[in-house]
Amino acid sequence: MSTATSTPTGTGSEPGRRQAAHKNGQGSTRRRVQQRWLPWAFLAPTIAGMGIFTLLPIVASIALAFFRWDIISAPTFVGFDNFAEVVQDPTVRVSFLNTIVFVVVAVALQLGLALGLAIMVQEKLPAWLRVFFRSAFFFPLILSAASVSIFMRYLFNEQFGVVNWMLSIVGIPAVPWLTTPGGSAAVVILVYVWQNFGFSFLLFIGGLASIPVETYEAASIDGATGWRKHWFVTLPLLSPTTLVASVMAIINALQVFDQPYVLTRGGPGDSTRTAVMVIFESAFQRLEFGQASAIGVILTLIIMAITAAQFRLSKRFVFYQ
Amino acid sequence: MTTIQERVTTTAPVVTRKKRDWSVAVRVIVLLIASVFVLGPVLWTLSTSLRPPSESFQLPPAFLPLNPDLTSYEQVFKQLNIVALVVNSALVTGLIAVGQMLTAALAGYAFAHLKFRGRGALFSIVLATMMVPAQVTIVPVFMLIRGVGLSDTLLALIIPAIPTAFGTFLMRQYFMGLPGELAEAAAIDGASPWRTFRSVYAPLAMPGLAIVGILAFNFHWNEFFRPLIMTISEQNFTLPLGLVSLQGNLGTGSISVVLAGVVLSMIPALVVFMFGQRALQDGLTAGTGK
Repeated sequence: MSTATSTPTGTGSEPGRRQAAHKNGQGSTRRRVQQRWLPWAFLAPTIAGMGIFTLLPIVASIALAFFRWDIISAPTFVGFDNFAEVVQDPTVRVSFLNTIVFVVVAVALQLGLALGLAIMVQEKLPAWLRVFFRSAFFFPLILSAASVSIFMRYLFNEQFGVVNWMLSIVGIPAVPWLTTPGGSAAVVILVYVWQNFGFSFLLFIGGLASIPVETYEAASIDGATGWRKHWFVTLPLLSPTTLVASVMAIINALQVFDQPYVLTRGGPGDSTRTAVMVIFESAFQRLEFGQASAIGVILTLIIMAITAAQFRLSKRFVFYQ
Repeated sequence: MTTIQERVTTTAPVVTRKKRDWSVAVRVIVLLIASVFVLGPVLWTLSTSLRPPSESFQLPPAFLPLNPDLTSYEQVFKQLNIVALVVNSALVTGLIAVGQMLTAALAGYAFAHLKFRGRGALFSIVLATMMVPAQVTIVPVFMLIRGVGLSDTLLALIIPAIPTAFGTFLMRQYFMGLPGELAEAAAIDGASPWRTFRSVYAPLAMPGLAIVGILAFNFHWNEFFRPLIMTISEQNFTLPLGLVSLQGNLGTGSISVVLAGVVLSMIPALVVFMFGQRALQDGLTAGTGK
């Protein structure tokens, strides 16, 4: 191992480096070579791993979308056939439509709930209560979506579930949650929002904390009170956080899988089947890997387009201090 | 005209002219109701798992486990090879966490403190990979794993999860917060670049590494999608997968047994929640420009 690293300035000018090398009785070339490959030794595990398990699969996924392959027989090139078939497949179409409806409703609920609760927690409140509420709203995030869906399935049981029992107290007749298309969709949305609003909540808490108190004082002097204060001060100043929170919420919601898979398996019918569920089913249940890849490519393009659109819109609506 | 009535944050001393206690009370009540909706289902799960199976569907529901009955927990050990599930989950999660901490520390350090050609471009590529959904790369990864003969093994879950773009990003941020002068000082003392990393920077970066480890633990302990695809035989199932299959086997039968399994699977997450909540929150919101 080389010990010729004692250059006075660390990075080292050429004379200094040579001097140091001389002191240790070693050639400067060796050190220079070491300097050159050293960063790559540090990077090797990550770069190799990402190359093999992310970049290569991306390329392979795009390529695979143009082939028909059931993993057993040799793949055959089919051009855009997979895309054409996928776009016309009623199940795929319904699933994408479900996903869009899910994203719109779930993200709106998630952000609305998170923002409202964050404003309430950030206003004057005893410190211990604030800590309690923050912990409580964050708590579902540490649970597995699969476990959550398991116990929620019991809570939403039509005859014996706690949810319908609570509704019966206020006089609402039993809702057939998991046996009707509308009920199932509602359960998937509610369970998803229940588990994930805490993440947006945390982001909003962070954003609210960064709004200077003086702004509110100025607004108060100008006569703004209550909800007007939040409408004219909080919302504009919070818009960078809202942008980040909505981008992340939408990207996550577009990939929903665990909840509908465990709660409803996509049913009844196709009513709660999502985009990722059809990727899973066409690849690992029907062994149509080409079609699965085509659906994956379409989903990725949608995610990229939405992300780009949001950042473009943000230039018009987001207010940076 | 009433002016300043409410303070917005606790820190700044704002003079409140007229205390509107009722507005605080209303807020606390609303927040308490929200907390009941958030924590209620978990309490019900805990309570039901601690009651005899025959009382699982008792209404009105009991949220407090007053007379704990452990038959459901005994049943979990009988009906489900829960020890194997826990061992699998612990192995997978632990090795991924350690692997991520090691590789992210090395790569993060290189991006922060070592100079090399194409550093900026390479880091951009690493960041860009975060935007690709895992569901899109899963088919080729599955084929790769199958090709090298690792399908239906725990390694199929572990190895692909170790390279971490987010962890690398976090560690780069952390190392950038440590001064470069440390490396210069270490070099004067005759330390090799590796020793400089190992003995000077790595120990200082432990809090950052802890965040990477906790995030990895939380994510992979709860993971469902990849295990569902990568494992076939029950002996290789992880906890979430085993619990979902138990619920499927029992239909709507012994709910309390399924719930006992769910509660057992929550314990490690609960420990992380109690001791690493801050680190977890910081990690989850890192890089969002908070």
